[in-house]
Amino acid sequence: MADVMAPPTPPHEVAAKDDITLDIDWSQVNLDEIQLPPGDDLGIHSDEEEDDEPDLETESGFGNIIVVDNLPEVPPEKYEKLVGVIRKIFARTGTIRENGLWMPVDEETKQSKGYAFIEYNTPQEADVTKEQTDEYKLDKNHVFKVTKFDDFDKYSKVPDQYVAPEKKPYQTKEDLLWWLQDERARDQFVIRYAAETEVYWNDARLGKPDLVYHRPVWTESFVQWSPLGSYIATVHRPGAAIWGGESWGRLARFAHPQVRLLDFSPGEKYLVTYSSQEPANPRDTQKVTLSIWDIRSGKKLREIAGNANDFAVGGAAGVAGIQWPIFHWAGGKEDKYFARLGKNAISVYDTKDMGLLDKKSVKAEGVASFSWSPLEPLLALYTPETQSGNNPARVSLVAIPSRVELRQKNLFSVSECKMYWHPAGEYLAVKVDRYTKTKKSTYPGFELFRIKERDIPIEVLEIENKNEKVVAFAWEPKGHRFALIHGEGPRPDVSFYSMKSKTGQDKLTLLTTLKAKQANALYWSPQGKFIVLAGLKAINGQLEFFNVDELETMATGEHYMATDVDWDPTGRFVATSVTAVQPMENGFQVWSFQGKLLYRVTRDRFFQFLWRPRPASLLDASTEAEILKNLKDLSKKYLEEDEAAEQGQNKELLEKRRQLMDEFKARQEHWHKFYEEERELRRSLRDGDESDDEEDYEYEEVEVEEVIAVTEEIVG
Amino acid sequence: MRPLLMKGHERPLTFLRFNRDGDLLFSCAKDHHPTVWYADNGERIGTYNGHNGAVWCCDVTRDSSTLVTGSADATVKLWDVASGRCLYTFDMKVPVKSTEFSVGENLLLITTDPFMGAPSQIHVKRRAKNVEDQEDDTLLTIKGPQGRINRAVWGPLNKTIISAGEDGVVRMWDAETGELLEQREAHEKAISSLALSPDGSHFITASADKSAKLFDTRSLEVLKTYQAEARVNAAAISPLLDHVVLGGGQEAQNVTTTSSRAGKFEAKFFHKIFEEELGGVKGHFGPINALAFCPDGRGFASGGEDGYVRMHHFDPQYFTMKA
Repeated sequence: MADVMAPPTPPHEVAAKDDITLDIDWSQVNLDEIQLPPGDDLGIHSDEEEDDEPDLETESGFGNIIVVDNLPEVPPEKYEKLVGVIRKIFARTGTIRENGLWMPVDEETKQSKGYAFIEYNTPQEADVTKEQTDEYKLDKNHVFKVTKFDDFDKYSKVPDQYVAPEKKPYQTKEDLLWWLQDERARDQFVIRYAAETEVYWNDARLGKPDLVYHRPVWTESFVQWSPLGSYIATVHRPGAAIWGGESWGRLARFAHPQVRLLDFSPGEKYLVTYSSQEPANPRDTQKVTLSIWDIRSGKKLREIAGNANDFAVGGAAGVAGIQWPIFHWAGGKEDKYFARLGKNAISVYDTKDMGLLDKKSVKAEGVASFSWSPLEPLLALYTPETQSGNNPARVSLVAIPSRVELRQKNLFSVSECKMYWHPAGEYLAVKVDRYTKTKKSTYPGFELFRIKERDIPIEVLEIENKNEKVVAFAWEPKGHRFALIHGEGPRPDVSFYSMKSKTGQDKLTLLTTLKAKQANALYWSPQGKFIVLAGLKAINGQLEFFNVDELETMATGEHYMATDVDWDPTGRFVATSVTAVQPMENGFQVWSFQGKLLYRVTRDRFFQFLWRPRPASLLDASTEAEILKNLKDLSKKYLEEDEAAEQGQNKELLEKRRQLMDEFKARQEHWHKFYEEERELRRSLRDGDESDDEEDYEYEEVEVEEVIAVTEEIVG
Repeated sequence: MRPLLMKGHERPLTFLRFNRDGDLLFSCAKDHHPTVWYADNGERIGTYNGHNGAVWCCDVTRDSSTLVTGSADATVKLWDVASGRCLYTFDMKVPVKSTEFSVGENLLLITTDPFMGAPSQIHVKRRAKNVEDQEDDTLLTIKGPQGRINRAVWGPLNKTIISAGEDGVVRMWDAETGELLEQREAHEKAISSLALSPDGSHFITASADKSAKLFDTRSLEVLKTYQAEARVNAAAISPLLDHVVLGGGQEAQNVTTTSSRAGKFEAKFFHKIFEEELGGVKGHFGPINALAFCPDGRGFASGGEDGYVRMHHFDPQYFTMKA
């Protein structure tokens, strides 16, 4: 063991047999890179899980106690009155325990000392109280200072003398955007199947995926790209982690025990992680913890915990369970605001201090759902009708941070509303399901908001046949059109509309209606113009690749049992996959945008297929137009490259085949030798019946006489 | 290629065997009655009546005079091919899964299922040239592994016995002593069949792990792997071209719950050396349980869970296509 462990000594004890000499330079080994088989620690005790797992209960047991400072100092006769006032203020945010309020009194002066201890039932209540009553103004001279009891220890440890933090040497970080510099501008995707996670280049030229990185047991439940593709996030028991760069090294860890879900802010500045704890006692409610992290530093910026009911959506309409993401990020890349649905309010948070914007939520009586414009901090709110029907349902647009209502629309006899933002934030479509006169069924319609126009005009799209249902709706990214699947039966129609008329005026125009299509989902190319009409699940994976400019079908295809369709971020390829929700046929297929099947890969227990997103293009619109104009000349070079590569590939394949053939032929020779050697033995086994081969038939003529009948005839 | 549809069995097919000349096709099924057909036109010649359980396998002598069948009724029977008369019955006491004549046809290889706590067994019996001299005694009994042996065949010159079964392991035994010579944990799931090449130098296994593998008979080395999309129940090696054929499909119990296209009830052709899929022959509406090539390689027969035997004679294009 001693010679194995030559200095520098590794941090772990390795159970190695004495007679094996491991020739390892420990200084060259990055311990973070070492992967152990799942469930096996090879006798090496992991340090990862221990220090990452904070107590689920509070550290000292005093977590439910707060200290309130800056109280008035009062004589004994006013003592009880003050206690009453304090109790009133602090009972609002939680239940104060019996004898849980203690305001110390100076023994000499009999005056109260100006601070109090309050003990709540739970640490969560204490947290909430601290958040809400800190800097509470009792009067001009008394502004409360609320501190958690546990924090005293922490603050008292702060040294009096300021010590400048040590300057860390600059470390070059890996280029996180290395994959954008691929010479052939290929896109990456990640797949997860069984316990494996693999990242591939989509190599359409080779007609197969090209492995970039493979790591077994990379995550415990799923992986997720960040919205601009810089990071990939994985989920583990002690928390989440992000990875990136060409070496796929770990960039940061976010300690959040039992993390279940995560969500990136659109500009990749922040990460939200979520965990929920099943209550030990069925009468208790589920506990939920949300943490917001700064991605680059890996620091926790804020933790919000509470009962699951507080986070359940549905507002006044009732509890509908938790819907992920709980926090919705405002559009744009600034990551300035995020919001969540509360009871009769939308809580908008400012990332500057991670607190409520202007310390209060945006009031919205009875709000049921909301969404952000993908472009700017603009909220769209939907408030359903109140039960009596006196107040109509409302859709309103509210600008943040000014909280000015830019537009609102009242809607009558509404059963349900669903909002669809145009990906560039130019339009908002609200699908409104209204009750028929009998209130027995509903019929759909659309309210279309032109966000960019002055005063935000609204157009209404009615569907003529009131019995039709709307199956799917999708805006064209980078365009003014949308597609709609509507119909009664199993073969609905697909309609295309434009928000502009042929002459370019702002007028809703029907482009075409395709009758009786086998489709229930719409997938626009990220570049617009092309759309895949997909019949998933019940329709067994019918695909139709449609060109909306020409209004013609380019190709149809089928990926049997397909559950998912994903365009690559450049709009060149489409991936269809069958995930493990189906018992059979698991795997994925990659198609060109014209609907030509390029390759297919089958993987049992297939869970995820995710294209790596790309950041927005740096070219401005005119440059893009220029390129489009000269596409023919520019693409020549690439076509030539493609051709050369194809030939090279064919050559390679032939070479490989020849090699396989030669190997097998050699083996056959070998077998044949045996066979010849054994010929005599075999013959003797067969009692001299010599033929092994078909040709050596022996012909033997056999005469068989059969007595058919014997009759006796007496002759005369 | 229009197949001949041969309907005669009332229960799922279990095994198919051509005689050496390729003019007769013997089929076994779970309906107790092994059947013989003209391979050329699919005409049924007759059945061999006498078994009282599913018939799992059969073998025929080189001169096409004697047929041996093994059945779940715990018997192995020898039959006169021409007359359909039962010549002799071995009472094995335990359901029989596979049986085969040795080179020279003096020995008979029989495997029996695990039964009442006893493991599966491989038996070697002597077969008398003259039926009147036939005796019941066993020359060798090998105690097999726990779990069923689905198929056992003779190695070159009857020196070894190769068995494969539910545990996914291929084993080679000494045919004289019964000693275990070699074993390969080749498949993740049960091996359902095993078929030798015409010269006996290599063989192919079919497994529920959705793959078939090619082995060297003398070393049990895995040479090739053919990946299918559903479980493989049967596989066969072409005697003429470098092709293998795989048959199977989703488990019979799931057939009714999914659309027929999901089943993958195709006989799939692979290039034996490149492991590349060449094409498929559809037709059965249940999983394929048995496959056999004509001895001349100009056709093949498939037997399905649906009770049909489909006899395919290849089109001329099959022989001229580029590999």
